[in-house]
Amino acid sequence: MTRISLTVNGQRREADVEPRTLLVYFLREHLGLTGTNVGCDTSTCGACTVHLDGESVKSCTLLAVQADGREVTTIEALARDGELHPLQEAFRRNHALQCGYCTPGMVMAAASLLRERPNPTEEEVREGLEGNLCRCTGYQNIVKAVLDAAASGARV
Amino acid sequence: MNDEVRTSKLDELRVVHRPLARHDQAEKIAGTTRYAGDLVLPHMLHARLVRAQVPSGRILRRDVSAARELPGVVDVLLGEDIPNNEIRVDVPGQTIEVQPLRASMQVLATDRVRFHGEPIALVVADSEDVLARACSLVEVEIEELPVVSDPAAALAEGAPLVHETGNLLAEWTIDRGDVDAALAEAAVVVEGEYRTQFVDHAYLEPEAGVGWIDDDGVLTLRVATQVVEHYRDVARILGLPEAKVRVIAPYVGGGFGGKEDMTVEPYIALAVWRTRRPVRMQWTRNESLLARPKRHRMTMRYRTAAAADGSLLAQDVEILADAGAYAYLSALVLLYATVHACGPYRVPNVKIRSRAAYTNNPPASAFRGFGGMQVVLGYESQMDALARRLGMDPGEVRKRNALVRGDRLPVGQELITEVQLPQTIDAVRERAGPKPQPSGPRRVVGRAIASNFQSYGRLVWLNDSAAAWVGFQADGSLTVRCGVPDIGGGQAFSLGQIAAEVLGVELERVTVHFGDSALTPLAGTTTATRQLLMSGNAVYEAATALRANLLAAVAAATGDPVESLTLEPGAVSGPTRRVPIEEVLAICRRGNVPVEALGTFFGPKGRPVTRELAGERIFPDFTFGTHLADVEVDLDTGQVRVLRYIAAHDVGRAINPKSVEGQISGGVVQGLGQALLEELVVRDGVNLTPGLFRYLMPTAADVPDIEAVVLESGEGVGPFGARGIGEPPIGPPIAVIPLAVADAIGVQITALPVTPERVLAAIASRRG
Repeated sequence: MTRISLTVNGQRREADVEPRTLLVYFLREHLGLTGTNVGCDTSTCGACTVHLDGESVKSCTLLAVQADGREVTTIEALARDGELHPLQEAFRRNHALQCGYCTPGMVMAAASLLRERPNPTEEEVREGLEGNLCRCTGYQNIVKAVLDAAASGARV
Repeated sequence: MNDEVRTSKLDELRVVHRPLARHDQAEKIAGTTRYAGDLVLPHMLHARLVRAQVPSGRILRRDVSAARELPGVVDVLLGEDIPNNEIRVDVPGQTIEVQPLRASMQVLATDRVRFHGEPIALVVADSEDVLARACSLVEVEIEELPVVSDPAAALAEGAPLVHETGNLLAEWTIDRGDVDAALAEAAVVVEGEYRTQFVDHAYLEPEAGVGWIDDDGVLTLRVATQVVEHYRDVARILGLPEAKVRVIAPYVGGGFGGKEDMTVEPYIALAVWRTRRPVRMQWTRNESLLARPKRHRMTMRYRTAAAADGSLLAQDVEILADAGAYAYLSALVLLYATVHACGPYRVPNVKIRSRAAYTNNPPASAFRGFGGMQVVLGYESQMDALARRLGMDPGEVRKRNALVRGDRLPVGQELITEVQLPQTIDAVRERAGPKPQPSGPRRVVGRAIASNFQSYGRLVWLNDSAAAWVGFQADGSLTVRCGVPDIGGGQAFSLGQIAAEVLGVELERVTVHFGDSALTPLAGTTTATRQLLMSGNAVYEAATALRANLLAAVAAATGDPVESLTLEPGAVSGPTRRVPIEEVLAICRRGNVPVEALGTFFGPKGRPVTRELAGERIFPDFTFGTHLADVEVDLDTGQVRVLRYIAAHDVGRAINPKSVEGQISGGVVQGLGQALLEELVVRDGVNLTPGLFRYLMPTAADVPDIEAVVLESGEGVGPFGARGIGEPPIGPPIAVIPLAVADAIGVQITALPVTPERVLAAIASRRG
């Protein structure tokens, strides 16, 4: 067991974890933050995307110990006081999901994309989300939602 | 049925036919939806399967003693520990035995393994960490047996037997008219052979669930499934009364047919029953790709005869499907392929021979399109070949032969609803405008159309039914209960829309409880594009009956004639007064009028089929459509880029236009995956693509926007004249892409996926 200390969604957390524990399982199993989903175990699908020190990462590629001393943000931190974040609102407005399983990872990846490029082109959005798979929507409404969020000046 | 609402003018509809945001979306976007694998219960255990590492062999020895001794391991099960070690696939959902189609496999293999990944032992431990180590301690010794990995080889004389009963799993035939005579006399005959590959559903949520024994002693499973009625199968395996098993389907992270057969259910149930503790099982993506059934790969040979004016005279079709190691639903998938094999066209002379063979490949079973998809590549390639030979426009050839109301399909079914196939052809072409120009010198552009038809609703001889309960609360809010699993298509929400429309309730005041075999009336499977038809009609009937009760009660109380009353949000309005809903409900209570109703909708009926398919109605109805694609081919790299994609379907009536467009764009992109990228590669029975890093599927960067054109004939047999749209859009992409590439390079690629290698080979063959 290794002791780690990190900030998750603004809260200081300390825990003893097996050195081999992946960050995504630490979030889901130790902290009960099940909004971050596991789709592939091989860092291909992006369902587990979270922010580490503000950058989007696939939490199945990182060990929990690698997040020691750092700041993790998950989908649960985006909505505030029961109000969806403007980017999440744009997903809703644009019907950017069906089964919803890829959605948290997709939203986190999109948030990070918009932080880097507040006014992306459609092509930039499509390329920026290449690491996140969706099997239901055909992507177009996700792309629309991200462009819509950008156009409405959503701050991420 | 009350036709007043059914036929009401579109502009009078308040809730139905409107692009409303679904109620489940906010939670899904917020990350608070609890999927099957998210639930954690006190004292919960974890379970995992030990799987065969070879595709074919005899089990010589299984030793679980070392695994059992590992601290943290609670139980290890082998097939002998299971009361009835048999998974029987009849027809999921309603357990109506269809003898010739019955399929069986062991829950845990005891003496023979037939595919790479077949379950042999079930390990239960107090943590996931212990599980991994425990599974590696289960010793399994297997004597490898010959592998048969090709369906044609499997059917050859002297082939190794996958099952002792022989490798021919199923066989269907259709004979209509005189094909030989028609072929001999026809002005043109075109021939082709087409091949599709194994593909995986690859929904983002791997198979998962949690089980426990509830306070009432009922074994309860909360699992990602399309079929809550699998509680019956679980009961049979455990030797329990069906009433002692319950299946709950929470929101499912994608299904596409892959969660139609049981996945984790029997294993969680066994582990719970043995340990008497809650148990969770989550398959890894590797397990999902290895061992959950795939889409059948098929080889299709077509000989198509036509008159000089393009009228079809005959289709001679042979289909060979690779069913993999176990039967599952293969016989039915092959039946669908057979019935759909001639496409949405009138063909007077038809001969179809279709067979499915066992191999040591991963089992194949249900996948969106269910056999109706693969044949689109065959029949649409033939239509284009015919157009080329006759120098006709591809659209004209299709329109000339398009089915119309009153025509009979080769299987004998008469079409009783209007067919708007020509309209879908015109719609995609009008929208497309002129063909685009290539973006560079070594690039060529191609355009094609592909039409299809796909049944919705189950085979009529399965006596399908769905039930739903609709009831008012005291404050006038509305509760709907229906056993439908919601797998992401908005199945539950549509039911709320229908109830709200019929009963004049604000949508915000409606709650739909769904997918619970104990607490919601059984509605059957979320498969076969049947839920809107079946559960939609059940809710419609329940709501209509309830509406009639309420209006009659108000009429009796106020003296207004019942015809003069209308239900509107919050009240019943009549000539003399407007009665608020709370008062309406009070009137009902005083008058012993129920404020709830159970509706059961029975699907159309028909006689069971024989191997020689001939006769009458076999499906409730069909959905028709046409897709158009513009592609650009890079002559140096063989890369195919989809420039533009338009998909038109007659959906009868769009209950929720957002859901309809979502189904179309999602179905098309899944079809584009099969057309261009995806292949589950199996070599000598060994799965070479058991990870998403090897199994390539479309990303946002690979596809354009899908332009959906929604036609509404109002002719469907679903509520408000709706047709099903879940499966139909996935079919045309696998034809329209190779046809558009053929338009660009002058050679048609007949095997999927259309990879750069195949494109370059095709270009080279043209030069040669």
